[in-house]
This record gives sequence, C-alpha cells and structure tokens, in this order.
Amino acid sequence: MHTLMSWATSVPMSEIGPSTAEPVRAGIYAVAPLLVGLPLASAALLLLLGRRSDRWGHWLGVLASAGAFVIGLLTFLAMLGRDSSSRVLDVHLGTWIDAGAFHLDAGMRLDPLSMTFVLLVTFVGTLIHIYSVAYMDHDRDRRRFFAYLNLFVAAMLVLVLADSYLLMFVGWEGVGLASYLLIGFWNHRTPYAVAAKKAFVANRIGDIGLIVALGLMFATFGGVDFGTVLGADMSGVSQATLTGIGLMLLLAACGKSAQFPLQSWLGDAMAGPTPVSALIHAATMVTAGVYLIVRSSAIFDAAPTAQLVVVIVGAITLLFGAIVGCAKDDIKKALAASTMSQIGYMVLAAGLGPVGYAFAIFHLVTHGFFKAGMFLGAGSVMHGMDDQVDMRRFGGLARYMKITYVTFGAGWLAILGVPPFSGFWSKDKIIESAFIPTDGHTWRAWLFGMVALLGAGITSFYMSRLFFMTFEGERRWTTKADGGDQHPHEASRLMTWPMIILAIGSVGLGAVLASGSRFVDWLAPVTGSGEHGEPVLPAGVLIALTLVLVIAGAVLAWRRYAISTVPVIPPIGAPLTRAARVDLYQDAVNDALLVEPGLHLTRSLVYADKAVVDGGAVGIGQTTVGLGQILRKTQTGFVRSYAATMLIGLVVLVVAVLVIQS
Amino acid sequence: MSAVVHAALAGGTQTSGAEEALFWVLAPVMVLAAFGLLFARKAVHAALSLIVVMISLAFMYVAQGAVFLGVVQVVVYTGAIMMLFLFVLMLVGVGSSDSLVETIRGQRWAGWLAGLGLAAVLAGVLGTALYPDPVGLDEANAPTNPEGVARVIFSQHVFAMEVVGALLVTAALGALVLTHRRRLTPKRGQRELADLRVEGGHHLAPLPAPGVYARHNAMDVPALDPYGDPIESSVPRVLRVRGQEADAAEYAARIDRVLAGRSAKGDATNPPPAADPAGQPVNAPDIADAVAGVDLEGDGK
Amino acid sequence: MSLDHYLVLAGILFSIGAATVLLRRNAIIVFMGVELMLNATNLLLVTFSRMHGQLDGQVLAFFVMVVAAAEVVVGLAIIVSIYRTRRSASVDDVNLLKS
Repeated sequence: MHTLMSWATSVPMSEIGPSTAEPVRAGIYAVAPLLVGLPLASAALLLLLGRRSDRWGHWLGVLASAGAFVIGLLTFLAMLGRDSSSRVLDVHLGTWIDAGAFHLDAGMRLDPLSMTFVLLVTFVGTLIHIYSVAYMDHDRDRRRFFAYLNLFVAAMLVLVLADSYLLMFVGWEGVGLASYLLIGFWNHRTPYAVAAKKAFVANRIGDIGLIVALGLMFATFGGVDFGTVLGADMSGVSQATLTGIGLMLLLAACGKSAQFPLQSWLGDAMAGPTPVSALIHAATMVTAGVYLIVRSSAIFDAAPTAQLVVVIVGAITLLFGAIVGCAKDDIKKALAASTMSQIGYMVLAAGLGPVGYAFAIFHLVTHGFFKAGMFLGAGSVMHGMDDQVDMRRFGGLARYMKITYVTFGAGWLAILGVPPFSGFWSKDKIIESAFIPTDGHTWRAWLFGMVALLGAGITSFYMSRLFFMTFEGERRWTTKADGGDQHPHEASRLMTWPMIILAIGSVGLGAVLASGSRFVDWLAPVTGSGEHGEPVLPAGVLIALTLVLVIAGAVLAWRRYAISTVPVIPPIGAPLTRAARVDLYQDAVNDALLVEPGLHLTRSLVYADKAVVDGGAVGIGQTTVGLGQILRKTQTGFVRSYAATMLIGLVVLVVAVLVIQS
Repeated sequence: MSAVVHAALAGGTQTSGAEEALFWVLAPVMVLAAFGLLFARKAVHAALSLIVVMISLAFMYVAQGAVFLGVVQVVVYTGAIMMLFLFVLMLVGVGSSDSLVETIRGQRWAGWLAGLGLAAVLAGVLGTALYPDPVGLDEANAPTNPEGVARVIFSQHVFAMEVVGALLVTAALGALVLTHRRRLTPKRGQRELADLRVEGGHHLAPLPAPGVYARHNAMDVPALDPYGDPIESSVPRVLRVRGQEADAAEYAARIDRVLAGRSAKGDATNPPPAADPAGQPVNAPDIADAVAGVDLEGDGK
Repeated sequence: MSLDHYLVLAGILFSIGAATVLLRRNAIIVFMGVELMLNATNLLLVTFSRMHGQLDGQVLAFFVMVVAAAEVVVGLAIIVSIYRTRRSASVDDVNLLKS
C-alpha cells in the first residue's frame, strides 16, 4: 500500500493517468452499493419465495434491473459533473479480509470504464428483462429465470465495479454461475444440460488462469487490489513475471470471452433462452475478458510479449469466428460465431495497447447494442416460428415481421460497419489502429491490419447471409396448407420495444459517442490517452478498402442467398464449409487433445487408485483381519489364560529389565 | 514376659536368636501350607491352610516389630476375610471337591512356567538388589508401635484413610447390590395362604389330633369322628407313608367291645381309681389285653 | 540371620499364590491365591519398613489389608451371584468374553 501512497504523492495531479483513486463517501456515491444490492436482493427474494412470487416475480426482476440502471445513470451524471482528472473514485465498503500481512478492503471502483459497463449492463439488461417478460411468458419457471437474470446482473456489476482483482473474481465466478444456470435453464433436455456443463468447464479453465494471476500478483506486488497492482512501479518487476501475469489474465479472458482456444463453449451456450444469449453471451458477460484486459492495461503495457499474444489470440478468434459463422445454419449459432469474431476484434484492439483500449471498449458498447438487438430479433423470429432456428427453413420473413425486420436490419448494417451506423465508428477505428505499427514493427501492422480487414469482409458475407436467409428470398417454412402449422407473426409490444430501442442505439450511438472523440476522452482517465502513430496506409484508404470489402461480401451473400434458391437440405459443401460447420473441428481437436488424454489419464489414475491406493488400504485391512483371526485364537475367554499371559509377560518384562540393568 | 518378648522381638537391627528360631519354625510351615492351597482337593482344606499361613504371618509381623499389623492381620484376615471365605464356601457347597485335572490345553504348563519363572525372577531381583543396613524400628516404634503407625496414618495419610473408608462403605453396598435377588413372584403372607386354602376346598380348621382315647393316646392311632369312624388325616403323614399307622377300625371295634363289657359288669367304673384297694383299675387286665393284642398285631404287620 | 530371609519367604509365597491363581479352577481358591499374594507383599512391606526404620511400609501394608477386605467383599459377592445363576464356581465356566 505504501507503494501507492508514495507514488501518488510524488506524481503531480495533472499527470495522473490510470488507476489513481480518491475515496468518496457522500452524495450519489453513497448509494452506489445499491447497484449491486438491488438485483442481488431481488434474486434472493425470488429464489427464496419460490412459487409464491410466480405472479409478480418477473416484474420485480424488471424493477430491480431498472432501479440499478437509474442509480447507474445518476452516478454517471454525477461523475460527468466532475473534472475529468478526478473521475476515478473509490467507494469503501469495509474490510473484507484481514489475515496477517494480507489486508484487503472490499470496495467499489467508480471510474469511466466501470461506469460504461454499468450503464451498458443495466440498460441493455433492463431492456432484455422487459423483453423476457413476454418471451418467457409460457414458461412455468419464468420467475426462476428472472431470479437468475437478476443474479447475473448483480454478479456482472460486482465484476466491473470491484476495486480489487479478488472481488472481481467473485463477480467473475458469479457471472459464470449465472451463465451456467441460464444456459442450462431447460436442463431437462440433456443436450442443454451438457452445453451448460461445457460452458462451465471451459470457464473453469479460464478461472484457473485468473487464480494463478491473482497468486502471482500477490507474490509480486503484495496485494491484489487495483491500487496496489496497477499503481505499482512496473519497472522493478521482472519481465517474465509480468508476462506470466499477462498470459494468465489472457487465459482468464479467453475462457470468459470465448477466445481461441477456449471458444468452443459459446456455440453450445445458445442452448439457453434467447434473452440469455442476448444479454450474457452477446452484450455483457462475454465481454468481461475485454474488460479484464483493459482494466489490467498497466500490466499489459509493461509486458509486450503478453500483449503480442493478446493480439494474436484476437486475430485468430476474429477469423475463426467469421469462418465458422459462414457455415452455420442455426441462426443463434451463427450469431454466436459472430459474437466470437467481434470479441476477437475487441481483444485485438485491447492487445494493441493504449492505442486500442478505448476503441476496444467503444466497439464493446456498440456491439452490446447491435448484437443484443439482433439476438432479440432472432428470438422474435423464433418466437414467431415455433422455436425454429434453422435458417434454411426461414426465408421471406420480412413481410410478416416488419418491426423485427427493420430492427434486425439496423443491427445488420451496424455490424457490417456501414456508415453512419454504430459499428462503422467503432470497427473502423479498430482496423485503423491495427494498421498502426507498434514499436516500429511494420510487419505486425500489415499482418494484423489485413486480418482485421479480411475479417470485416467475411463478417459482411456471413451476416448478410444470415439476414438474407432469414428475411429475404422465398419462404421455405411450412404453412397449414403444407401440413405444417407455422404462422409467422410479429411479437408483442413488450418484445418489440426493447428491439426498437436497441436498434436506435445501433443506428446512432456510434456517431454520438464518436463525434469529437467524446468516448475516447471519457475513458482517458482509465486507459490513458495514447498518442496516435500513423497507420501504414492512410485512414481514408483504409475506410474505402473496408467498405469495398463489406459491399463485396454483402453482394456475394445477396446473390447466393437472396436471389438464388437456398436448399432446405444443406448441401455437402466445400471442405472448408464442412469444417466450419463443426467449428473447424474445434471440438474434435479438444476431444483428441484434452478430453481423450484426460479420460485416459483419469482411467489410469482410477486404475492406479484401485490397484495401489485401494489395494494398499484393503491390503492393510485384510492383513489386520488376518492377524486378528490368528490372534483371536488366543482369546479363549478363560480368565486363567489371560492371567497366565499377564504373568508370563511380567516375568519376561522383569527379565528384560534385569538383563538391561546388569 | 512382655519385656522379654519386646527385647526378643522388637524388630531391632539384628535378628535375635529367638526370632531366628521363630522364623525357621514358621517358614517351612508357611510354605507347606501355601502348597496346601495349591494342591488341596477340597476348598475347605485350602482355606484352612491359608489360615495357617496368615496366622504365621501375624507372628512374623509381631516378630518384626509390627505389633499393630500383626493384630490387624489376625483380626482382619483370619478373623474376617477368611471367615467370609468359609461362609461362601459353605454357601456354594462345601462338599464339592475340585478336580485337579487340567482342562485348558497348555494351562498347566503355562501356570508352572509362570510360577517358577516368577520365583526365579524374584530371586534374581532379591539377589541383585542392594539393601541398606537395617535401621531397625526401635526409634520409629517409640513409644509403642500402634502409636507410631497412628501418627503416620493420621498425619501423612489421612486423606488415603478417608478414601479407604469410603471404599469400604462402597464395597459393602456393592456386595449388597450384587447379591440382591429380585423377587419374581409376590410374597405369600398368611392371608394369601388362607385364601388359597379356601379356594382349594381343603380342611379349614386344624387337623384333629391323633389318639384321643386315654389308653391309646399314641401318634399312630387315628382319632374317631362322632360316628366312631377313624379319621385318617389325624395320623401324621410320615407314619401313614411308612405304613406304621394303627388299624383304626380294629381299635374302634375293641373299644366298643371293652365299653360294652364294662357296661355288662355293672357300675364298677363309677368309683374313682383311688378307691380301689389294689391301686389298679378293675378292668385293667382286659384293656391291657386288648392293648397287647393290638400291639402284637401291630408288630406282626 | 539377615532380613533377606523374610524377603525370600515372601517371594516364595508370592510365586505359590500366583501359581494358585493360574492352576486352580475353583474361583474361591483362585481368590485365596490372590490373597496369598497380597499377604506376601505385606510381609515384604513390613520387612522393608524394618530395614528402613520407617513406619510407612507398615501403613501401606495396613492399607493393603483394608483394600483387600473391600475387594474380598465384592469379589465374593460376585462369585456368589455367579454361582447362583450358573450353579458353578469354576472360573473356566465364565468364558463369555470369547466371541
């Protein structure tokens, strides 16, 4: 702690960059704990009251989430009123752990970064809560669903508001739990339960990374709170340690954000109800990894190797998700692949260092809006199509669901990066940043820039494919006349209004935040304001290139999926398509590399356990029993035998004593 | 006398000649008696030989200057404990002799081994131990041994003394509890017995006494009921079982005859016997005959 | 004559008592063997008391006697109650300890 103190006093206020905090108690900040408390209390109430709260429980959930949003908004406004250099605030909650040399306070870190997340989580969360009221209307466990949603919101807020890595870990685990519960919400269907388990296990692997990182931090900096760790003097720490911490944090981020190589769970996670996919697996939780990396910017800045790995992971996942997205016929899985790819963009940006942090978060926010909007749109489509998710059985839905069509279209254009939609402002900045050489490595700029650019083109193709297969072309679904009973219809207002609001965000948010680099300035107290280098290509050229690729992708998709006939039965397709359909053999690779050896290891361990440990234990037992059987024969029950034994023993004892003494 | 005893058996530093003589007389007797305990077939003999050992021990105590302990040995051990043993022996059957044939395999062997081994070991211990020069009890026993013992008991060991007292009380209580027998059936009192008799329809009044006639007032002669019939139950059961009962009918007939004869001879019976000059009843021979006849018959049975 | 003779005599008596305990089957005689061992010990104590010129040995012997009295009372009560239920005073008949 003294490190921070001396550091803080020795640095002039004007130069205070990331992670200096001033404690606050008064005003709106005093009620900041309610941000977490409201949804948490609501979740507890709904779970504890059980069926008694079935009738009104979902509205309580909506209220709790909305209340959190209101508090978040008030806090945000209060923070806007402060000078930009004093926008990092600490709300002290009390001593959490006091064990010998280790002292940790529980507290909330209110700064532009966490406030951004708070607003995103509570705003999108509240919209999705409202949407869910209608979407889950027919589910008898709707109240439980809302309890879990509230639990998720509370945990996510703990995650982003924590002022130490350990408290963040609590939220980290909390969102993992909520994600598990919600993916497996319909766990009476085995594949869904298995999907939940898979997500949980993959997250565990990431969590191990975070735990190891925690241990390394504690060993290196003597604390795990942001003040101690991020405020420490990194020059005194060995490069290896910093790289280790960075890689471990990256592992954690990969697990949570479905980045390569831990991305396989995200597609299966679509087993959860669609609002869950929208909130957790598109807008918020999966972006926690990006938050972690940006929050730990001080560490990554000091560990270039780790940063490079971050960029590589982001680039790989970006392409990976994009390719997988091209082949998926399941609308939700295609969106999940897209999410994976978009988070790849964010991770890539976060790995670029100060240049990219703000853009990573920027893209995260816009993505939170348009992707959530598209997921809700997909949910609306499923709602109208009797839970059909196969895009090959959609087609021509634009006429039947106008609002869904329009809102989804807004999201589609946003993710394509068509100006002036949100995605353009954020994604284009990331591509541009990728082209800026770091540390004079021009090849990196070219490599990662081209990957980002290529990703944009592929994104355009598969998102257009998704959009056209669903809303354009001829209908491929069955009507009553055909013997089926699908009758596409628009959803109720409770569902359309959240979609509309999110669509508005998809359209305008990017422009609003980007104008005058408002968002970047807002985040500057946390991310620092990195001075821009120049990209290897002029910015205008990059924008033009991106747009060309995007339009090419969209046109290609239009020709293949809107004009020409889409077969209902998926064609065999090219090898790449076949590979992409099975997530580029990711599951097979995982099975072969991890699961099978793991199983064999476990089996041999079980065998060893049986043979050696059990054998030893049983052997000892059997030996004892055998000895007992032999010794039992001496137990005649005759008192005189016992007396004789005693006396002979005494004689022997005395003889022994005499012999020893003589 | 007491002075001599005191001088001879004071438990001084050195053994006097008298004490030596006493030891050499008593020790073989004790060992022999102890072997009696080991070999005696009857438990009573074993107990008696143990009493011999104990009394001899009492002598030795006195000889060693432990006068108080010698007396206690006699009173407690031989007087109380061994008597208790004898009581119990009588309780569980004094006649039962103990078979010396061993039933547990190897027990005889083990027992002898243990006994002899113990003796050898004790010999070894006694042989190797270093003893101080005997101090003697002259000083400690002043003025008398009981006083010295009392001083030690009631000063240093007073708590132990109290505890031992409690132990004795507990032991007495324990013995009571252990030997207590729970009554399984309700107690039968006089009233219950009477009720039983009424229920069973037996003779309620006391049984009639046998031999109501003056000349035949013997136990084996049954009483007669008002009709002149003999009452069998008036004769003791033992005689009846043995068949030594007199024939009541015969008696009755003879008596009737005698009575009839007397009435035929007139009022001779009216005067009191004292009035008879011969000092004998007039009809004595008749009755004597009758009695003799009966007796003869009775003997002849 | 030295005082050792008393000790030897006590040792012999003690061994005979022990052998009695091991070899006899009548519970009462076994008990008497125990008493004999206690008596032998008392003789030892008295002799030691004389050797050291202190009365503690005698006092200890006295306590042994009292405790022995208590022990005899309880022990005989046990023997009697066993005899009542099993009609036997043989220690070999009481072997329920064997499973």
